[in-house]
Amino acid sequence: MNSLLSVVIPYWGQSLLRVLGGLVAVLLPAGTIVYVFLFKMMSFMQSRLGPMEAGPQGSLQLFAEVGKWLQKEDIQPTNADKPVFKMAPIIVLMSTFLLVVVVPFGPDAWFTNLETGIFYALAVSSISVLGILMAGWSSANKYSLLGGLRAAGQLIAYELPMVLAVMGVVIQAGTMNLQQIVVAQNAGSMFGINTFGNPYVITQFVGFFVFMIAIQAELTQAPFDMPIAESELVSGYMTEYSGFRFLIFFIGEFATAGVFAMIASTLFLGGWGVPFSWFGWTSMDSVSNWMNIVGPLIVFTKMMVLTFLIMWVRFTYPRFREDQLQRFAWKVLIPVSLVNIMLTAVLKVMF
Amino acid sequence: MTILNDPVPAKLGNRQQLSYIASQAADARLNVELETEGMTLNIGPQHPATHGTLRIIARLDGEQVVWAEPSCGYMHRGYEKLTEVRTFPQVTSLVNRIDWLGSFANEVPFILAAEKLMNVEAPPRAQWIRTILFELSRIANVSLFLGDLGVQMGAITPVFLAFRDREYVLNLIESATGGRFHPNFDRIGGLKDDLPAGWIDETKVVMKKLRNFCDEIETLLFGNEIFQSRTRGIGVIPRDVALQYGLSGANLRASGVDWDLRRDQTIPLAYDKVDFKVWTHPDGDSFARCWIRLQETREATKIVDQLLDGIPSGPVMAKVPKIIKVPEGEAWVSTENPLGEMGYYVVSRGDLGPFRVKIRSASFNNISITPWLLRGVYVPDIITILASLYFILGDIDR
Repeated sequence: MNSLLSVVIPYWGQSLLRVLGGLVAVLLPAGTIVYVFLFKMMSFMQSRLGPMEAGPQGSLQLFAEVGKWLQKEDIQPTNADKPVFKMAPIIVLMSTFLLVVVVPFGPDAWFTNLETGIFYALAVSSISVLGILMAGWSSANKYSLLGGLRAAGQLIAYELPMVLAVMGVVIQAGTMNLQQIVVAQNAGSMFGINTFGNPYVITQFVGFFVFMIAIQAELTQAPFDMPIAESELVSGYMTEYSGFRFLIFFIGEFATAGVFAMIASTLFLGGWGVPFSWFGWTSMDSVSNWMNIVGPLIVFTKMMVLTFLIMWVRFTYPRFREDQLQRFAWKVLIPVSLVNIMLTAVLKVMF
Repeated sequence: MTILNDPVPAKLGNRQQLSYIASQAADARLNVELETEGMTLNIGPQHPATHGTLRIIARLDGEQVVWAEPSCGYMHRGYEKLTEVRTFPQVTSLVNRIDWLGSFANEVPFILAAEKLMNVEAPPRAQWIRTILFELSRIANVSLFLGDLGVQMGAITPVFLAFRDREYVLNLIESATGGRFHPNFDRIGGLKDDLPAGWIDETKVVMKKLRNFCDEIETLLFGNEIFQSRTRGIGVIPRDVALQYGLSGANLRASGVDWDLRRDQTIPLAYDKVDFKVWTHPDGDSFARCWIRLQETREATKIVDQLLDGIPSGPVMAKVPKIIKVPEGEAWVSTENPLGEMGYYVVSRGDLGPFRVKIRSASFNNISITPWLLRGVYVPDIITILASLYFILGDIDR
């Protein structure tokens, strides 16, 4: 992010851009997802209209909701472990912010360009488990405790298939750097045809499915929403939260969905790039500067496609039971992704 | 409320015995110095899964239930007592609030009992219309169950489909009776009014829609792998246990008992004029109970269609005095209501109102099996089992 559109930016400008960019990259997807999917698509699927009053087609409903939450009393249960109770939602949202910093949005539009980007992303994504456990424990509520414990068990179980699904991509790209993975996909060729680049969703479709299922579970969306399970645990670890703290959990839930979808689109759909052969680019250096502006839009579009899948599944399926979910992770997803890694490695050596 | 020590029944089934030992073990663990306590979880009275104010006290070992007991009465409205200070025609406005989703069906057995005491019989047209409205309220009730089933398991879409199509049925009930939820349409000796013009054609269209809804729910929910894995083999009630606990309705038929009061008894309703199948299922698990209800909704639409075709003409009210005095006597009438057998035992001393009314509501008996049924299941299964048993709080507490 040292130079954008060939303009050299001073350090303070960079810092400002980073902070603003981080906020936009987390809050904009969250708001869009909530409005487009949670309010409108869900209503369409359920043969109702959804919010219609605030703004055209209810588009300002989210602001009204945020205003409502901000006004609400910040209730803390008497027996709650207050400092932990207060910290928990912040930690959950923090992991989302930590995740977004490695997502590349353009050839120069990135927050940090870590050599081990995807490794870092998988590592920080599990910080949210801590926040959820803290929320579940400190609420002094049996339902919250059950929800927190379920969440911990589930998130840890699904970390593994997620890592293993990413392994295939890493082997194929030969790098852990997300920027390099994007370049490898867009500059590559499939069976000698380079018109579409080489998006890994085609060669790594097993990994893609496993990854999508795993992020569904990481996000605790149906059919893996037992930690929240409003019909049995009454929202699980979030039961005791109200007002601003609930809002943070709420933003965290959907922002994480957006950020995970961004990472998935970077890993499997070619990220910010378009196939380089369209414009005669050959490597990273020859990519037009304009991709710094167009890139984020492309990432955003791909993110919306993937979140659509996540939400579609969420609104359709009933939820698993906890033991069924664990069985699914350990007996289905992990063996499948291990086989995928093995095949990828063999094919990588062969070709 | 303190946790009661449950007495050991003389003969325990193998599964029951195991869970009894488990509960004893959990108790023992409470007293060990290194405390790994079992947890007592209060499900309700305010809990979304109980759709009302039922409280279930469950003692857990991890996520497994070692002991559970329903505690009802949070919504007791004393209808049995209230009937004693009402006249006979006034009672219907009370009792159709018992099972509030299929409210017309609550009025019918009481009116039939009063008619039995007075020795009047409603004219044929009134009987047919009663039967049609009875089945419509069954559809209104059970279609909501089919949608609610999904919600209890985390699928939020089916319930909106259920509300969408239930609306048509409620509109029909409203246009015929004037009330969507509490029609209060039944009178001793017949009905308040005749059907409005065009009602019959409209109902046929709606019945077609409801059959579509059943197909939709079947593909959307019943065919779903997750739904099946959550319900098949869960909450199994064997045939003999179902009979012992006095279950009725779909819960009993799901355990393989072929028993339906619509077919098995002769009451002045038009069920003997129509041809319908009583569905049973051999499994007795949650899936069987849900499946039976789905089939029953379909069957109910067919019953309504048949009744509409052959509805006789004539008056809808028999000749009864303006001020109804029911002669001295006692009568018991029960019908196959949406939730199961509902009966009224009416004692009259020859006054304007009943001397004593005993209401046998289906959910109260159906919920009584939960201590037996919930032992050894996981917390998420409590919800599916309760959903599949299908109770309505008003019907439990009266």
